[in-house]
Amino acid sequence: MSDKEKLFSKKNLQLLKDPLDDNNPISVQVLGICSALAITVKLEPAIVMSISVLFVVTASNVIVSLLRNFIPNRIRIIVQLVIVAALVILVDQVLKAYAYDVSKQLSVFVGLIITNCIVMGRLEAFALANGPWKSFLDGIGNSFGYALILVIVAFLRELLGSGKLFGIQIIPQFFYDNGYQNNGFMLLSPMALIVVGMLIWAQRARNKKLIEK
Amino acid sequence: MDRNSNAYTFIFAVALVVIVAAVLAFTATSLKPLQDNNVRNEKMQNILTTLNITSEKSEIESNFNLYIKQQIALKSDGTIDANVNAFTIDLKKEIKKPLNEQRFPLYVAEKDGKTFYIVPLFGSGLWDAIWGYIALDADKNTIVGAVFDHKGETPGLGAEINQQWFGDLFIGKKILKDANQGFTSEGNFVSVKVVKGGTPDDNLHGVDGISGGTITSDAVSKMVQERLSNYLLYFQNN
Repeated sequence: MSDKEKLFSKKNLQLLKDPLDDNNPISVQVLGICSALAITVKLEPAIVMSISVLFVVTASNVIVSLLRNFIPNRIRIIVQLVIVAALVILVDQVLKAYAYDVSKQLSVFVGLIITNCIVMGRLEAFALANGPWKSFLDGIGNSFGYALILVIVAFLRELLGSGKLFGIQIIPQFFYDNGYQNNGFMLLSPMALIVVGMLIWAQRARNKKLIEK
Repeated sequence: MDRNSNAYTFIFAVALVVIVAAVLAFTATSLKPLQDNNVRNEKMQNILTTLNITSEKSEIESNFNLYIKQQIALKSDGTIDANVNAFTIDLKKEIKKPLNEQRFPLYVAEKDGKTFYIVPLFGSGLWDAIWGYIALDADKNTIVGAVFDHKGETPGLGAEINQQWFGDLFIGKKILKDANQGFTSEGNFVSVKVVKGGTPDDNLHGVDGISGGTITSDAVSKMVQERLSNYLLYFQNN
């Protein structure tokens, strides 16, 4: 960051905004798909997962960015992995202590944040070459981009699949009495992929910049 | 110092690992009591759920103490081993011991003036461990409630055993063929089986299986049968 540049200069704000739409980690870069499929059956775990990823991506981005001039180049991937793994274990331990029910629902997927390509991707592509503040914004931006898709998918899946949101019945009994049925297919993983696909379609129809020539 | 030298690389790696290890060890140790408490609460809540008692997180312990009157550890001959605390028995370890060394935990509960017997279950499912609790009425024959859980059964298929509707299927079923015959007479203990393809409502010893979850369903049958069979002597004599 140059001395004159403001904390929220246009360029820095771009770091926050870009991953939400033009450069969304899931719908444009197609990273982190596996977790988007696995934990979007209900809204609550999806949101807890998003917060966990937010913490891991942002914290690892800042730490790696602070260390970027000290990390020996030959072992930089290992160093990044150790930092990410440590943060993930922290998240897992904290969830087990303070949000036991959700941590049970997320089960292995918290641990699997380590393998979420978004995390390593941001470290390699951004944090290693930029200062801590920019890396912080980049981390926040990308996790929100991830969270945005996760929450939309989880919203649709929980509403259409079980007629609920946050475990509270939304679709009135009246509908069921008249023959409405929950779509059980929404609860299975393939439907998450299809919903993500439809989101990508919708996004590209709206945002012409994304259409390849 | 040259950042590409071997010495620097080694020092950096060692320092990093030591710091990370210290941070993780500190967190794990300081959060341990909270985590253990969560596991304990879950166990208590599971036991209470078989009697249809739901409680807020803060009430679980007091409810447990209120309803559960006795926690006893049985020997394989049906007598009580007073030296063992039933609540701390880890069935996963216990089940690997020879039968005569095993201790079988039993919770005796009292709700609305009636006595209930709650038997913890543990067995292996298709992929990993399955467990649960089954509550018997004062006649020690009629099931009044059951909960099941699993570590890694197939989502949407075998994993459905941890849903309330599955446990509820067991309510009202009987474990004895003839209630007047006693627990230990030959062939009288038939347990409750999870039947593939479903079973008529008036079958007192069978519940509908889960489509696509046959191996898990069979594992549940086996677990219920195997675990309950260890309590028959005690039930007969008390």
